[in-house]
Amino acid sequence: MTSSESIGLTQNYFELFSLDVTFDIDSKNLSDNFRSLQQTVHPDRFANASDQEKRISVQRAAQINEAYQVLKSPQRRARYIIELQGIVFDDQANPVMDPMFLMQQMELREGLSEVKSNPDPEAALDKILAELKTSKKAILTKLAEQLNTPDNADLDKASQLMHELQFLDKLQHESEIIEEELMDSL
Amino acid sequence: MALIQISEPGQSSKPHERKLAVGIDLGTTNSLVASVRSGQAAILPDINGKELLSSVVYYAKDKQIIVGDEAVPHKISDPLSTLSSVKRYMGRSLDDIKSKESPLHYEFVETDSSVPRIHTQAGDVSAIEVSAEILSVLKERAEQTLGDELTGAVITVPAYFDDAQRQATKDAAKLAGLNVLRLLNEPTAAAVAYGLDKGSDGVIAVYDLGGGTFDISILRLNKGVFEVLATAGDTALGGDDFDHVISEWIKAELKLNKSLEKSFQNQIVKTACQAKQDLTTELSTTVTLDNDGQTLTLELTRDQLNSLLDPLIKKTLMPCRRALRDAQVELDEVTAVVMVGGSTRVLRVRDKVGEYFKQNPMVDINPDTVVAIGAAIQADVLVGNKADDELLLLDVVPLSLGLETMGELVEKIIPRNTTIPVARAQEFTTYKDGQTAMSIHVVQGERELVSDCRSLGRFSLKGIPPLVAGSARIRVTFQVDADGLLHVSAREETTGVESGIEVKPSYGLTDNEIEKMLIDSMEHAEEDVAARMLHEQQVEANRVLEALAAALEDDGDMLSAEERAAIDTAAENLIKVNLKGNDREIKNAMEELDKVAEVFVSRRMDSNIKKAMAGHNVDEFDG
Repeated sequence: MTSSESIGLTQNYFELFSLDVTFDIDSKNLSDNFRSLQQTVHPDRFANASDQEKRISVQRAAQINEAYQVLKSPQRRARYIIELQGIVFDDQANPVMDPMFLMQQMELREGLSEVKSNPDPEAALDKILAELKTSKKAILTKLAEQLNTPDNADLDKASQLMHELQFLDKLQHESEIIEEELMDSL
Repeated sequence: MALIQISEPGQSSKPHERKLAVGIDLGTTNSLVASVRSGQAAILPDINGKELLSSVVYYAKDKQIIVGDEAVPHKISDPLSTLSSVKRYMGRSLDDIKSKESPLHYEFVETDSSVPRIHTQAGDVSAIEVSAEILSVLKERAEQTLGDELTGAVITVPAYFDDAQRQATKDAAKLAGLNVLRLLNEPTAAAVAYGLDKGSDGVIAVYDLGGGTFDISILRLNKGVFEVLATAGDTALGGDDFDHVISEWIKAELKLNKSLEKSFQNQIVKTACQAKQDLTTELSTTVTLDNDGQTLTLELTRDQLNSLLDPLIKKTLMPCRRALRDAQVELDEVTAVVMVGGSTRVLRVRDKVGEYFKQNPMVDINPDTVVAIGAAIQADVLVGNKADDELLLLDVVPLSLGLETMGELVEKIIPRNTTIPVARAQEFTTYKDGQTAMSIHVVQGERELVSDCRSLGRFSLKGIPPLVAGSARIRVTFQVDADGLLHVSAREETTGVESGIEVKPSYGLTDNEIEKMLIDSMEHAEEDVAARMLHEQQVEANRVLEALAAALEDDGDMLSAEERAAIDTAAENLIKVNLKGNDREIKNAMEELDKVAEVFVSRRMDSNIKKAMAGHNVDEFDG
């Protein structure tokens, strides 16, 4: 079994939304175009049509949703641009990480393990989530420098940054599990 | 309805003919039907002017079926044959029901299919059939009020309803003879009811606290497009819990024994509920109980009530936090908070929700009817009555869909809060030489262990071409449509076998079961059902032909001469069969036409996608 993949389109996602392939995109343009596309193909426009039209409309609407979700998320967009350059991004790879980055990770992880014993666990968790957000933002800024001109990008560097983001995602995921536990314990 | 609709949204082929469509709120306790008439959405009352229909169905000994308020008194005289709150049983297996309800309220009967039945004196019925009775009454009410047959209906479901529950709701509608235009999430419907009135863009939080459930949805409204960003909730928290804590407080204050007579216990709960309602207008109320002729009284103030309810209200704020997080929306971005559900009448709820979101929640529309009103507005748009309306609802999957993998772990395929429709594909291979079948276990939920999620069922794949182990590549596509319903299809990639692979879910009703229920429900059984099937196929055939004719007129030039000839031949055949054929023959002729027209429909859709983007190109390259 391979990992899940989206249903393919003949155009790439940027082309579908009439956008240039760059990391920094005009998000208003993106959402306006998304709206126009869904206004055209969404199954609600075919509620009274034949079953065949309904079926094809569901397929197209799903493709457009998928493309929109990828382009809307800076992280998925970055990864998509890297992949458009012909790089197969390996989630399982174990790259050498920057020691400074690893130090910061350990501190965050430590903080996370102490959240539940904190007198105000919600506030403690919020602080960690805020820190994660700041770190992510910093990495995304570096990714943008590389991927705004994909033809000249240092793709190794970009892939390295993507791995850093994945580290942060794991932490974020763990924070969310703790958050759920806090909610359940109420 | 014309195919051309996609380039000129909403234009009907007969512009002066208004189509009748309704919105139905199929509720646990009460159900409602609403419709847009002369531009205004309104609830359709019964002949006595009553809007709410009690969701209660009584099955009498003489097989008579009574629905609504007249059925309610039978709860006392015939409790096992008077079915209420069956919404709780929709899409649930007997094991699910047993784990939630103890003791069971009714006599459940296990069946061959996954749908349990309830034993009544008039025979065994499923929750789907009971719901269909309620829907039939509402359908009849609407057709009598509006004066003609309905084109279709939008039926609302709780946002947290999983696939099996949605499927059951759709089956009930089918059984009631309703054409379901869309299943719509209740909070989304509420937002529509408010959003259109206010006409403002922004982020809306819909806080829906009913009798037994709570859910919160975060939506973005932008130029008529409602995009649901996230939903969260608690399926076991509601006004009933409010009544429960008040009852417990009364018992503690009056030092009443823990083990009370059932009737006295019921009296306490009823009194607690009344006190809760009184305190929305009064600052203090007197609780009066009659215990075997002995009168007990007790004073309850609004402050005391508030402190009793606060822990429960706080429990609703955590899902709010989670929904905002999932939506990636900050608290101060929320521009409106909409209140839905009877329990939002409690002032403390309004205050606390207002405090949390830092603004006064909107309570202008009656929380009991707001959902049906929103559904009616959406139904009106879906049948194409509003020619230039931009309203478009983009909903999400409420709970993650996943597959069972090695070690009883769940692999998520479609995470929660993914915008629908959505399609994801996954590849599987065979582990034995010559293996021709396999089973995929689909679960819904957020937890990592299969046993902690809800099992939707096993989809069996049959007809895989026999190959060496590990060489078959079976691509399975999981598609969730705009109703939130899951469809699974499979294709063997190396040989391209698609149609051969049969995918069958182990839950929900099969078409044959629905047909059988229809036969059971009608007096002249088989002829009636056959007539109804024929009528349905004829209507669908006319719809297909009408749409095709309009499409050919506009875009006939997209086809080569041979493609055109093939379509014309198939269409002429369908016209002929539709005049004198039976339902199966019409269905076959339609399938034939579908096959040859597929390329045309796809080509038109893609051409419209290009057209929609054409205007945007210019701006971009200039800027």
